Amino acid sequence: MPAAPPFEYAPAPEARETARLRASYGIFVNGGFRAGTGETVATTDPSTATALADVHEAGPGDVDAAVAAARSAYDAVWRDLPGRERAKYLFRIARAIQERGRELAVLESLDNGKPIRESRDVDIPLAAAHFFYYAGWADKLEHAGYGSSPQPLGVAGQIIPWNFPLLMAAWKLAPALATGNTVVLKPAETTPLTALTLAEIIAECDLPPGVVNVLAGGPAIGQALVEHEGVDKLAFTGSTEVGKLIQRTVAGTPKRLSLELGGKAANIVFDDAPLDQAVEGIVNGIFFNQGHVCCAGSRLLVQESVAEEVTARLQERMRSLRLGDPLDKNTDIGAINSGEQLARIRELAAAGEAEGAQRWSPPCVLPERGFWFPPTIFTGVSATHRIAREEIFGPVLSVLTFRTPQEAVDKANNTPYGLSAGIWTEKGSRILWMASRLRAGVIWANTFNRFDPASPFGGYKESGHGREGGRHGLEAYLASR
Amino acid sequence: MRKTYKLAIGGAFPRSESGRVYPVEDAGGTLLAQAAQGSRKDARDAVVAARKAFPGWAAATPYNRGQVIYRAAEMLDGRREQFAAEVMAAEGLARDAALAVVGEAVDRIVWYAGWADKFAQVAGSANPIAGPYFNFSLPEPTGVVAILAPQDSSLLGFVSVLAPVLCTGNSAVIVASERRPLPAISLAEVLATSDLPGGVANVLTGFTAELAPWLASHRDVNALDLTGAAPADRAGLQRAAADNVKRVYVPRDEDWAAEPGLARLAAFVETKTVWHPIGV
Amino acid sequence: MSATLSPLGDVAAIHDATRDEASLRRFLHGLPGVDQVGAEARAAGLATRSIKTTSKAWAIDMAIRMVDLTTLEGADTHGKVRSLCAKAMRPDPSDPAVPAVAAVCVYPDLVAVAVEALQGSQVHVASVATAFPSGRASLATKLVDVREAVAAGADEIDMVIDRGAFLSGRYGQVFEEIVAVRAACGGAHLKVILETGELATLDNVRRASVLALLAGADFIKTSTGKVAIASTPPVALVMLQAVREYADTTGDVRGVKLAGGIRASKDAIRYLVMASEVAGPRWLAADRFRFGASSLLNDLLLQRHKLARGSYDGADYVTVD
Repeated sequence: MPAAPPFEYAPAPEARETARLRASYGIFVNGGFRAGTGETVATTDPSTATALADVHEAGPGDVDAAVAAARSAYDAVWRDLPGRERAKYLFRIARAIQERGRELAVLESLDNGKPIRESRDVDIPLAAAHFFYYAGWADKLEHAGYGSSPQPLGVAGQIIPWNFPLLMAAWKLAPALATGNTVVLKPAETTPLTALTLAEIIAECDLPPGVVNVLAGGPAIGQALVEHEGVDKLAFTGSTEVGKLIQRTVAGTPKRLSLELGGKAANIVFDDAPLDQAVEGIVNGIFFNQGHVCCAGSRLLVQESVAEEVTARLQERMRSLRLGDPLDKNTDIGAINSGEQLARIRELAAAGEAEGAQRWSPPCVLPERGFWFPPTIFTGVSATHRIAREEIFGPVLSVLTFRTPQEAVDKANNTPYGLSAGIWTEKGSRILWMASRLRAGVIWANTFNRFDPASPFGGYKESGHGREGGRHGLEAYLASR
Repeated sequence: MRKTYKLAIGGAFPRSESGRVYPVEDAGGTLLAQAAQGSRKDARDAVVAARKAFPGWAAATPYNRGQVIYRAAEMLDGRREQFAAEVMAAEGLARDAALAVVGEAVDRIVWYAGWADKFAQVAGSANPIAGPYFNFSLPEPTGVVAILAPQDSSLLGFVSVLAPVLCTGNSAVIVASERRPLPAISLAEVLATSDLPGGVANVLTGFTAELAPWLASHRDVNALDLTGAAPADRAGLQRAAADNVKRVYVPRDEDWAAEPGLARLAAFVETKTVWHPIGV
Repeated sequence: MSATLSPLGDVAAIHDATRDEASLRRFLHGLPGVDQVGAEARAAGLATRSIKTTSKAWAIDMAIRMVDLTTLEGADTHGKVRSLCAKAMRPDPSDPAVPAVAAVCVYPDLVAVAVEALQGSQVHVASVATAFPSGRASLATKLVDVREAVAAGADEIDMVIDRGAFLSGRYGQVFEEIVAVRAACGGAHLKVILETGELATLDNVRRASVLALLAGADFIKTSTGKVAIASTPPVALVMLQAVREYADTTGDVRGVKLAGGIRASKDAIRYLVMASEVAGPRWLAADRFRFGASSLLNDLLLQRHKLARGSYDGADYVTVD
């Protein structure tokens, strides 16, 4: 028998050309693309830290133009268009996203750094699914439980983060459009490309000009949108810090606000859990999308009687994680989205060590160029450590232990956040007992990080207010009952 | 005999820790009583009491919460005359009109009592997701809700803002109408004898503008109802509320006599969604 | 991973488990459960791995070496078995570089024919015994079946467990039967068929896997191939985890054989990826991992041609058995 070369996975990269990357991008206002009047910045491929394309960002005047376009589209066309006609546009957009799925997936992985396996299997299909789901609501709103004649709010300003650029755009746009609102969307500064490609799709679907406007830009443009008097509704997904700022800014105005903010979710493993699946769930909970997930299971709470075993299995499993080229289909862990984010992850990881927790990563060669952080766990973490309290937004897991279900609940809830939580146990009554006591908007029992357009998503406490997804997701875009 | 009106905190009826009182007059300007002028520390104590009472009240069965709230309606109904007199004095109504208001207040509490074990069926859902998971959503109480009760409607308005908060399982710190606080304090006495656990509904009297900022900025308060705030104060309170991302209810034109609808029930709940795989 | 951290406990715990029926039940029911949806998701995730072309060529040859070329038909004849043996020794008449398969698998009465046909080769003779495929016979009958196959020259015995006994919770009986068959095998290797399709749940697959390993199975095997649901990725995942944990705990490395329904090279390669990632690279060897199959071999040969020629091949270019 020949000496067995253990399996070598081929670099199986998706072709970069699939992304149909352009040299430069602009903004999308009133149905047309043009260079914004703001700065020109390069958006980078975080896996190599090299420039992908120039983005001619929006300036303050562009915000006015976009809001004005959204307003006139609202008044002239969209608000009074029968729901079934709005639905057809949304169905068409959903189909077009599917048709260009491969292009969008590669573009997303290039701009964001996430593994192609995720952009291809999660981000893009879910984005299409959101448009499909809300398309179906557009002509059924009177049956949604928000009154017999629910009315749209007007112009919605939507600000989305860099962790799921296209998916977040879909989460925001689909319910807003289905309910008859028009939109000014601002993608994150480091990841504007898929939202701008979505704008192209929207234009190709002949959506009336001004119904959707996309402004590439940084925080100043976001702020201008938040402060703009022509905006009736704001929806923001991002950090709790910025969410509070926005809530303060809109205080005293008639603007409606929905916020989807940070998290520090507990993933709770009992000694009777299906351990192999729990380990998978822990891995998926914290290393999915490099941990750039607001609902990431960043605090592992494991029952003391199995803590050693779970940690050992987790480490064993982490050894098989493959970090590298985001475009490689075999890659499990991609690049950190930006140098800024990498610095924050490094700072918190260093704080974890300084505070006395034990740091561990599997042997893992990091690429020389680009922004990379190895999958990391900290054991011996106590509740007072920064890594147990602050959102790291990276592939860093803090392992804590508990002895009783009540202690698990108390520790899980001991955070200003309340977005998600995980429970792993084979005992049904304990799942429901735990689920009813955890103060979090999404509870994953014997699974983690699952998403679906029909499933409401959103947080308690400082994780935000309002829900996205499902029937509940309509409420944020309809006038109060 | 002249009645002493105090605060209602944690199931007890203390005076303000500040020792302050302020005169409450009837609609014609005649002194009715000296009411407790609640302080920042009273607000703090009320929040502590509400937080302590919250888990038990939230975990009570909806049926039980409905029964307790219905009991409050019964107790109020049994004291119609007393409350009619207080509403007459506070709001300057004729006796018939005041009795009608009390009747409306009773009906309002009954209406919300009935919602306690139904709202989850209306607001919740089983979600048809694309995968082998069972997925459901339920409304859960937001937590501790600070309510600024309406300034005009001393009883009907008061129960109309308090009942929806309690019926979904929240605990409340409610600041009574500044100039018309007496029916609210009497209602607190009704609640205390209606099996409502101590601390679930805490009533403060005093100056709304003095108390509201402390409640709005309190990080252990989860939601804020601005109904009784002076319009000019709303923006400042909303800004303070952002410190811990409070849910803020901004009232529209409220007609306390009208059918309330679900807005206030929906304003102080969180939607919790639970996933579980379906397998063998 | 240190032995004490395995869900199987340590060697002492394993020894304790087989003390009596009650201990065995406690031990098997104390194993962590398997969540079906999670196991399916993990198996599906592994199936998306893409391997290098050179690794693929290596994997196809490895898979050929792992094949138990099987014929288990009522209509089997001496001629059919001889023809199968010829193919087992030299799967591709046009290319001597193609390795021989691991074994030929036949009913006990045809063992002698196979032994004769394979004389001088490295190909083993495996035989299904113990009233295959139902296993519904007395223990005495099963043991006679095994002894006759061994006496006729079988190197490997594929037995079936008593699923009825397992499903009604008579674990001790299943255990004792395996132990008795193991003894009757003498020097022959024992593969224990769990018939996972009839066990219905992955929890049962895990328990039956561990039970068989405790009783002395050299291999645990998915299926007879005679029931509708045979080898599936999540079942293979659970069985690979079981042998891995058993090896971690006892140091004793046992094998896994997947049988039934594996017809495509693509599937075989996915299972090799799974064996490598879930159990470990040391399971990528014919004495630790097998495919029980008949039509798989031809597909492996077709893929091998494709890799060599760079273009697709047709069924007329591989032999019909």
